Amino acid sequence: MKDGLIFEISKKGRVGYNFPECDVPLVPIEEIFKEIYLRVDEPRLPEVSELDLVRHYTNLSRKNYGVDLGFYPLGSCTMKYNPKVNEEVAGFSGFQQVHPLQPEHSVQGVLHVMHNITEKLCELTGMKWGSLQPFAGAHGEFMGMKLFRAYFEKQGERQRTKILVPDSAHGTNPASAHISGFEVVEIKSNHQGIVSLESLNEHMDEKLAGIMLTNPNTLGLFEKDIREIAFRVHNAGGLLYYDGANLNAIMGRSRPGDMGFDVVHLNLHKTFSTPHGGGGPGSGPVLVNEKLIPFLPVPDIVERQGSYHFDYNRQDSIGRISGFYGNIAVIIKAYAYLLFMGKNGLKSCSERAVLNANYLKARLETRYYLPYNHYCKHEFVLSAKIIKEKFGIRALDIAKRLLDYGVHPPTVYFPLIVQEALMVEPTETESKESLDMFADIMLRIYEEAKNSPDLLKTAPTLTPVRRIDEVLAAKKPVVRWQGDE
Amino acid sequence: MNIPGNLKYAKTHEWVRVEDKLAYMGITDYAQESLGDIVYVEIPELDAGIKKGEETATIESVKAVSVIYAPASGTIAKVNENLDESPELINQKPYEAFIFAIEMSDPTELEDLMDSLAYEEFLKQEEEKH
Repeated sequence: MKDGLIFEISKKGRVGYNFPECDVPLVPIEEIFKEIYLRVDEPRLPEVSELDLVRHYTNLSRKNYGVDLGFYPLGSCTMKYNPKVNEEVAGFSGFQQVHPLQPEHSVQGVLHVMHNITEKLCELTGMKWGSLQPFAGAHGEFMGMKLFRAYFEKQGERQRTKILVPDSAHGTNPASAHISGFEVVEIKSNHQGIVSLESLNEHMDEKLAGIMLTNPNTLGLFEKDIREIAFRVHNAGGLLYYDGANLNAIMGRSRPGDMGFDVVHLNLHKTFSTPHGGGGPGSGPVLVNEKLIPFLPVPDIVERQGSYHFDYNRQDSIGRISGFYGNIAVIIKAYAYLLFMGKNGLKSCSERAVLNANYLKARLETRYYLPYNHYCKHEFVLSAKIIKEKFGIRALDIAKRLLDYGVHPPTVYFPLIVQEALMVEPTETESKESLDMFADIMLRIYEEAKNSPDLLKTAPTLTPVRRIDEVLAAKKPVVRWQGDE
Repeated sequence: MNIPGNLKYAKTHEWVRVEDKLAYMGITDYAQESLGDIVYVEIPELDAGIKKGEETATIESVKAVSVIYAPASGTIAKVNENLDESPELINQKPYEAFIFAIEMSDPTELEDLMDSLAYEEFLKQEEEKH
């Protein structure tokens, strides 16, 4: 059943509240506020009863899909299960009731968590210190680029304006570099799907500011030449930025700091199991090695004789990167996860993420084309290219058909270097049974593509809303109720 | 795959047609097919100076945003304003829907473009790669 908007069930004069009689003298609002501050038109709010309201949103919520409901192999997003104990910890009143403007001595618990999680994340990544302020991965990238800039200005090397980004990168990488005033240069992947050293060599000059990489990359492949890449970039005077999107593949096995990265961002909402999707809430701490520490945002959180303090005394700091201290509740949930997993737990988490991805890959490559055919890390990328040539079925059709089977589709059409891409990341929290269920569905969809392609072209047919007109949505989006306008 | 014999082609899947000393350019049938439904084209400013190989326009499809490279240096002499309202023209008639035309400063720059046979061969190799 398709739900209307809350505005469409509105009835004039219907209310869900009941005020007691006013027991103080009434004052006309015009006597309190100047006319320019007073609105002329009534706000266009829906008028509904409490029951209307509850039913409306309860119905909508039942159509929501999340990892608590089923398999969610959205490549590059690490949609792992978010343990409920995280919520319990973040719900402790000592965490819930604090305000960012409270004096230091009254928020020692939160500061303890912030200080300690920074230490632990540094240990896990091989970095020296960091900031928890960024609210998401891309925000972390932006901060990282600010650090690059501050570093080069301090070195008197303002001519370093070029940031290299591989053609398999997340779109946020070139966007972050561009918005921070750098010139973005794309470098090619080689036939193995990793950074081409030849392509890299073309840019090792005095304009080089650095390179942004994920490792493993978006094809789920480990950049095995990373030490050589780091050597060449550093040798040319540049810096290395690690996009932590794919950290879930390597925890306890290898560290960005040891690979030679200078700045790292992590996505606590991916790797460290806090709820995300639908745009938030995220947390993208940035960690750095020794040479970038002076430029970190203020305030730093320092420990002195067993208590924690904000330290603003940082001459070369890039300043604040958020209004206060970051998404504290997300940070607390991630800290809880880190503590109960422990070193060994995190290591086995990555090992199982890699094992799960390889198992699924092995089952699916019997029918789906795998353009980069190596052992993968935490994710892998299939291509519907051959299915498209043979049966006229695109990656999008396969994704839509998965909805009919009650499964969230993988990421499609990314990375851009794979045609008709289907990017699958099962994560470590799925059992063999749920991996097999997904593989069985995918193989069945392959048979459908072959024998009854119309089933896929018209999919989804079993969802509350059927195929969306994506062109119309992109060209003429209607993003709010327009009513009788 | 439609690859007209009277055009020149770049490895980045643009076509070029020289007419009255102007180099008209658009994207190939292969390019529009792999991009999917095009929803927005950002066209350059008239009279803008451009260099060969520079990012000169962007095409946004439901799948991704792609960059269009200038096939030659010079100034932008014409832009296809129809694409503002109807970017889908590129999907419908890729070889008629030019994006912009360049008044070339050095027409010999077009010499390294491919003819239709070479482009067809190039596409085959690309396809075999992955």
